[in-house]
Order: sequence, then structure tokens, then C-alpha cells
Amino acid sequence: MAIAIRKFDAVIVGAGGAGMRAALQLAEAGFRVAVLSKVFPTRSHTVAAQGGIGAALGNMGEDSWLWHMYDTIKGSDYLGDQDAIEFLCRMAPQAVIELEHFGMPFDRNDNGTVYQRPFGGHSQNFGERPVQRSCCAADRTGHAMLHTLYQRNVRANTHFFVEWMALDLVRAADGQVLGVTALEMETGEVYLLHARATLFATGGAGRIFAASTNAFINTGDGLGMAARAGIPLEDMEFWQFHPTGVAGAGVLITEGVRGEGGYLLNKNGERFMERYAPTMKDLASRDVVSRAMATEIKEGRGCGPEADHVLLKLDHLGVEVVEKRLPGIREIAKKFANVDPVKEPIPVVPTVHYQMGGIPTNYHGEVVAPRAGDLEAVVPGFYAAGECACASVHGANRLGTNSLTDLLVFGRASGEHMVQFLRENPGHRELPADAAEYTRARLDRLENQRDGENVYQVAADMRRTMQAHCGVFRFPDLLATGVTRIREISERAARTEIKDHSKVFNTARVEALELDNLIEVARATMDSAEAREESRGAHDREDFPKRDDVNWLKHTLWFKDGDRLEYKPVHLKPLTAATFEPKVRTY
Amino acid sequence: MRDLDRIRWHCRRGLLELDLVLARFLEQRLGELSEAERHAFERLLQCSDNDLWDIVTGRLEPPAGEEGAEAARIVALLRGI
Ligand SMILES: Cc1cc2nc3c(=O)[nH]c(=O)nc-3n(C[C@H](O)[C@H](O)[C@H](O)COP(=O)(O)OP(=O)(O)OC[C@H]3O[C@@H](n4cnc5c(N)ncnc54)[C@H](O)[C@@H]3O)c2cc1C
Repeated sequence: MAIAIRKFDAVIVGAGGAGMRAALQLAEAGFRVAVLSKVFPTRSHTVAAQGGIGAALGNMGEDSWLWHMYDTIKGSDYLGDQDAIEFLCRMAPQAVIELEHFGMPFDRNDNGTVYQRPFGGHSQNFGERPVQRSCCAADRTGHAMLHTLYQRNVRANTHFFVEWMALDLVRAADGQVLGVTALEMETGEVYLLHARATLFATGGAGRIFAASTNAFINTGDGLGMAARAGIPLEDMEFWQFHPTGVAGAGVLITEGVRGEGGYLLNKNGERFMERYAPTMKDLASRDVVSRAMATEIKEGRGCGPEADHVLLKLDHLGVEVVEKRLPGIREIAKKFANVDPVKEPIPVVPTVHYQMGGIPTNYHGEVVAPRAGDLEAVVPGFYAAGECACASVHGANRLGTNSLTDLLVFGRASGEHMVQFLRENPGHRELPADAAEYTRARLDRLENQRDGENVYQVAADMRRTMQAHCGVFRFPDLLATGVTRIREISERAARTEIKDHSKVFNTARVEALELDNLIEVARATMDSAEAREESRGAHDREDFPKRDDVNWLKHTLWFKDGDRLEYKPVHLKPLTAATFEPKVRTY
Repeated sequence: MRDLDRIRWHCRRGLLELDLVLARFLEQRLGELSEAERHAFERLLQCSDNDLWDIVTGRLEPPAGEEGAEAARIVALLRGI
């Protein structure tokens, strides 16, 4: 069956912060850019970000990109690539100022400069004392950023394809990327978007876990598409857990609650953080608190009939403090936990929040994969930025506010590099005759499947398995059985069946296609976690409790083909600064 | 009903809070809405995520032009769910 083809200079999949920042760079340089999004651009998950954008502007006191760099490397537990991290931290101030010039309504100081708030893990003078580095627009930083970038893109004539779902990557025989196939949801038609350069900015895949702070849309489509096209996924064992997600719902309760004096209790009413972190108590870093909570639950001191959560107490703060300093918390607790937190504690569990790994790139946003002995050979015409990419600036653990920085800096850098690539490589290469065949076969399989598996059941089993076998704490036996289970579930995912075969806005079909992506990410995560025999950052092994720089100071690469794992060295050499040698991480 | 399918997709949001509330609404209430109410709901879904969440939690009233009985009923249902 013939497929309609549309040609663009560049195709960008994803209209969150990263995708729209990149698109702007290309559109303003005069190129024809198509940006695809499953939802209206300003409904991308970036809208959820409240905390702010990290950048060493020094508006609140002395600051420097080198200190920001140190904090980021230490936060990454030394797994981050130091060249990319230097690039991130040096470019951050400029990226923020640029966004300000685009019209971003940042909070301001009396002297007119951008106001910056404090955030965990950010320090002055290499860990000496906290620094105020986070630039925000009230508690709507992500929202303001999306609106600013969207307006600007509309002005620059970026072509938005709203409610279009990219399905597969199109590659030439020599590996160059030539665009994507995509489904227009409103008509059910499939197109091939033929591009000279393609960028993935599809966000995270937090929905592989049962307990997740991520919106439903975060299904890791870019990762699934890359994996199916033979591109490896990097460091997928590293997922950041936020300590306080509402049990059973996932909705995030901000760290501000503990900042204002709220604390955690186990079933005996004990304030257990006093045992785990005598000084910082409930304000210790995210991974420390999450691990303590998981330990309490594992050792039978969890609350509720299933003993599967702990309690966050804030009723002692009084109605006024809660209403004034913690706006919105009462509504969230009432809606999702059925409790009024000024009277009763909120049931919480460590909840998956952010994916550190992703599609491997260098600091220009070019996708890199092993080829002919080169572990980091550029895949021509292919770029990735934002949460779906792994540059790797977050290493084994991301610092708060560094994701939005990542979107701006690497969105811009990849857009800029694409401009250069387009100038050096004029003209569209011819498409292979079977360019859309793979997608066609996938869709036909789904359409014609009989006696198949139910999408929702398979997805639920995957989430439960990931949660139980690959959570905050990782045990060797659970990981080993997890690998087998996820493979079984993955076989079921290959036999999903939909009952609704209509074309227009067929959400059942879309969700089946999303599951195809989720399952690749789940497999990559389980396999990579099972293999990494150390504890580093967010990856916590019960049987290997220490970081092991001799054997494991290296990045994981997972290949879909045969669930193969390879490794590549961490870039310890920054661009200009001296190397920050791995040290024990204490706060 | 294609109408309903489109509505379903427009309930996919950037905020998990809204995904959860709207999923409950779809499950419990979508079937019983009149056509006028369905249209009011669709228009409400055009709001930005933060505004819609503020409407759901009672910190904001529906936008101008949405003062009718249908919008009021939808908002009341969303707030109660
Ligand atoms: C509750 C919460 C609060 C947070 N707060 C902060 C914070 O304060 N500071 C910070 O730095 N980070 C924060 N983060 C993390 C940060 O928000 C995200 O990492 C970041 O917004 C991801 O942006 P992105 O541009 O990579 O992707 P997203 O914003 O997720 O956008 C992905 C885009 O890809 C599109 N897409 C996906 N698949 C397809 C497909 N197949 N076809 C077409 N389009 C597709 C989507 O429609 C969307 O437009 C927070 C995260 C959460 C969950």
C-alpha cells in the first residue's frame, strides 16, 4: 500500500521544552521544520515542572558555572560525562537570559534581575554552603516556558503537527536517519515525514512503573523507536525516585512540605528518619529518604492494611501555614488520598520521577552508537535532546532543576548543530523502497491479531513487575526473576489485540502502540539493572551496597537485538576545566 | 461515537493530577452527559493544564463565556469526583 510522503528540512518529534527550543533555532535560521506532538504543545509534560531552572547567574550572591559543574558531577555520582556537564553549566546562564528575552515571565528581584531560589544539591564553592541558583516563574516555571517557546515558534513559522504520533524511525541502508513514519490521529492515516535531519525530544518513560509522578503520556516513544531501529539505550538502570508520591496515585507532594516542618512516620508512629539521617532527618537528599522509606516498608513497619506505605505528617503545622506556604497540597491530598492533611497524615511511597538514561548523544545532541570499533560513532542525521536523551549530564542521579536547564541548553545546541548539518548536506537523500514497510507490518499485525492479549492487562502486569522487581532497592533474586518475567510480558505485548478498528481518534490503537514502546524501555531497564553489580546514585543493589569505580565507572548500552549489553567509558575529561576525580559522596 | 473518542484523547494532559481526575470522570460520567454538556466539557478541555486544575480544585471559575448551566454542572461533577 502506498504511503503519503511529506518533505521537510527537519523533523522534530516532541513539543516539550527540548523539542520547541530546538525547533526555534531551526525555524529562525529559515529552515522548514515540522514538530510532531501527541498532544497540544503546551500540554507536554514540561508543564508539570515547578521547581525552576538551574543556572549560575549569581543574582543572589556569588556563583560560578564551575561550582554548578561540581555539584552536577557529584550529584551524578561521577557517572556523568564531564565534557557535557561543563557545556551544560557554562551555557546555562546564556540559555536562561535568552529565554528571558523571548518573554519568559521570571520572578524578579527589586533591582530587576531574575530572582533565584535555593534547591537541594546546589552549592557555593564546591559544597561549602547552599546557593540560590534556581530561576522560576512562581510555581509555574514549566508552564511559562512552554507558552513562551510556543508563541515564539508560531512567529517563526514552525509547522506544528498536533495529535500526530511518530511510529518508527526511517533509516537508509548505511544507517543515516531519513525521517519518521507517523500516525495522524484524527484521520488514522499514516504518513512518512521525509527529513534531512531528525530530532527526538519525546520526554521520559516514567509510566513503565506502577508508582509514577509522570503523566500518562510519558510512554518513552522515542526510546522504543530508537531501540527498534537498532540504536542502543544508555544507562537505563538509573531512575530517580521522589520520596513523597501519594500512595496509589503517584501525584507528587513537593519537598516544600518537609521544608516547612512536615515529617515521615512508620506504623509505630516513629519518626524513622532520625535513625537514618540524624542531622538532616527528613530533609536528607531524595535517594537517602527514598531508601529509608523502602527499608521501613520492607521490614514490616509500613502502614495500612497492606503495610505498603508510610505517613507524611503535617497537621502540626496548622491550617494557616499549610494554606499559605503549601498551596495546593490540601486539594491534592483530599482528591488522591482522601485525607485532609491539616487533620490527618498523607500516605506516601517513593515514586518514580525521572529517567536519567536514554538515547546516547554527545554534547551537540548528535546520537552516537558503536560502529566498526568506534564506541561513539555519530548516526548521521539523527539527534536527541531532553529527558529522552542521555548526553550524559545527569549520570546516576539528577540534581533538581537541572532537567529544565538540560532542555534549554541541549535543545538549543542540537538545533544549532542541525542547522550546520543541513547547510553541509543539501538535498534529501532518496528513501529506500521499503521505508514504511516495518511500520506497515506492525500496524497490520495489530489490526489482524485474533485471540490476542489485552493491552491494559499487559501494561498493568509490566508496571507491577517493574515496581516489584526493579524498585528503589534492588535484590539479586528479584532482578533475576524480573528479567524472565519482563521477557514473558514482552512476548505477550507482541500479541496485543484491539477490538476497535475504527480510524478516527482510535485511542485503543494509540495505547497499543505506546505499549510497544514502554515494553522496550522496561526490558532495557531490567536487563541493565540486573547486570550492574554495584550501587551508584539511584541504582541501589542490596548485594553490592558500594560504588565500584574499578569495575563499574562506565556507561551501559542496551541493544534490543538479543537483549545485548555493552559498556563504554565515562568522559572524565571536561572541555577546559580540570577533571573532578571520583570521591565518596556525602552531604 | 467519534466525538467521545476525541474527548477521550483530549483528556490526556501534561499534569498527572488531571489525567487521574479526568480518567475518573470519563469512567463514571461521560456516558450520562447530554450533548450540550459534552460540548461544554470539550470547551473546558481547551483550558491550559494549570487553569483546568485550578478550576477542578475550586481556585478558579470557568472562563468567560462558560457561565451556562452545562459548564456549571460539569465543573461541579469534576470538583466532586
Ligand atoms: C511533577 C514534576 C515536576 C518536575 N519539576 C521539575 C523542575 O522543577 N525542574 C526541572 O529541571 N525538572 C523538573 N521535572 C522534570 C522535567 O519536567 C522533565 O524532565 C522535562 O520537562 C522533560 O521535557 P522534554 O522536553 O524532554 O519532554 P516533555 O515535556 O515530556 O515533552 C515530550 C513531547 O514529546 C511528544 N511525544 C512523545 N512521544 C511522541 C510521539 N510518538 N509522537 C509525537 N510526539 C510525541 C509529546 O507530545 C510532548 O510534546 C519535573 C518532573 C515532574 C514529573
